[in-house]
Amino acid sequence: MNRRRGFLLGFLVVALLVAGGLSYVASSSPDGLDTVALHGCQVTGTGSGEQLDGTCIAQNAGEHATAHSPLAGYSVLGGEGTVGIAGVVGVLVTLALAGGLFWLLRRRTPTRSAERGDD
Amino acid sequence: MVTMVTAMHMSDGLVNAPTSLVFGAVAVVGLVLCLVRARADLDERTAPMAGLVTAFVFAVQMINFPILPGASGHLLGGALVAILVGPWVGTVCIAIVLLVQALLFADGGLTALGTNITNMALIGVFTGYGVALLLRRFARRSRGGLVATAFVAAFVNTVVASLGFVLEYAIGGSGGASLGTVFVLMVGLHALIGIGEGVITAATVGAVAAVRPDLVYLLRGTATPLVRKSAPSTPTTGGAA
Repeated sequence: MNRRRGFLLGFLVVALLVAGGLSYVASSSPDGLDTVALHGCQVTGTGSGEQLDGTCIAQNAGEHATAHSPLAGYSVLGGEGTVGIAGVVGVLVTLALAGGLFWLLRRRTPTRSAERGDD
Repeated sequence: MVTMVTAMHMSDGLVNAPTSLVFGAVAVVGLVLCLVRARADLDERTAPMAGLVTAFVFAVQMINFPILPGASGHLLGGALVAILVGPWVGTVCIAIVLLVQALLFADGGLTALGTNITNMALIGVFTGYGVALLLRRFARRSRGGLVATAFVAAFVNTVVASLGFVLEYAIGGSGGASLGTVFVLMVGLHALIGIGEGVITAATVGAVAAVRPDLVYLLRGTATPLVRKSAPSTPTTGGAA
């Protein structure tokens, strides 16, 4: 395996490990923006979601248009403990989309790397 | 179980429809410009790298780290992509991450895509790149300089991107909190998140520069980027940053 492929493969493995493994220990507290959006509200978890008492920005948030996506909320069909699987799927989908787009957009003229004999 | 915890970006309805539309237009115009300019930075060598950087940002954005009791933060990635693949390609990277998150993972509203892309892709990437450019001479001198530049650029991109939301809320916020409160909380929290963003960005850029400095956009044009590479197959010296 040449160096270039080795590096790219290593990069992919790191991304898959982060999304597929490290995601299990990620903090479940609201992020910066959500903390601001929830400021002023008391959040109570209910069976169907959450109840916001008080006055806060998040009360204006509508239900997400893709809330019923099989991967909604970084889970597979809402299953417990599936965040890693959702993450791996996300990494591969993102790689396919971005890699495909950038590959199509690339300049086709000979470059230094082509002269260098990389694949 | 609170369903909101996994939502990381602006939901629908936080700003009114005209504001969403305006920033949707800003995002489209900005992205088209970036796509046009990105071509010059993409070839057989950099296109796969850009794809992987995008996937990496998606992965790392999933990792919320605690900043205060009951509050977390996650990478935005502006400076990270700007330093590794340049601002034009980098903006497209972040936009693709936001698109995948909104469409597949119900993270970030569809009508909020314009504001989210404006804040995290356009503002975040170009702020990070601007800071990195200001510090470029320093960054090109040593790997330590590059890592420090990455940290500072990432910190600034986080805080400035958070100001994007404050601006949108000022223009067409749907209410629930005063503008002053939103400003103070957004900047305060994102200054803390910016430290985490800085650490992740510095570590990532440092690691890439340790093995493939030729793939670091900010180092382009230097004859021998950081470490001398007489032949492509020669292992580079030095460990990870």
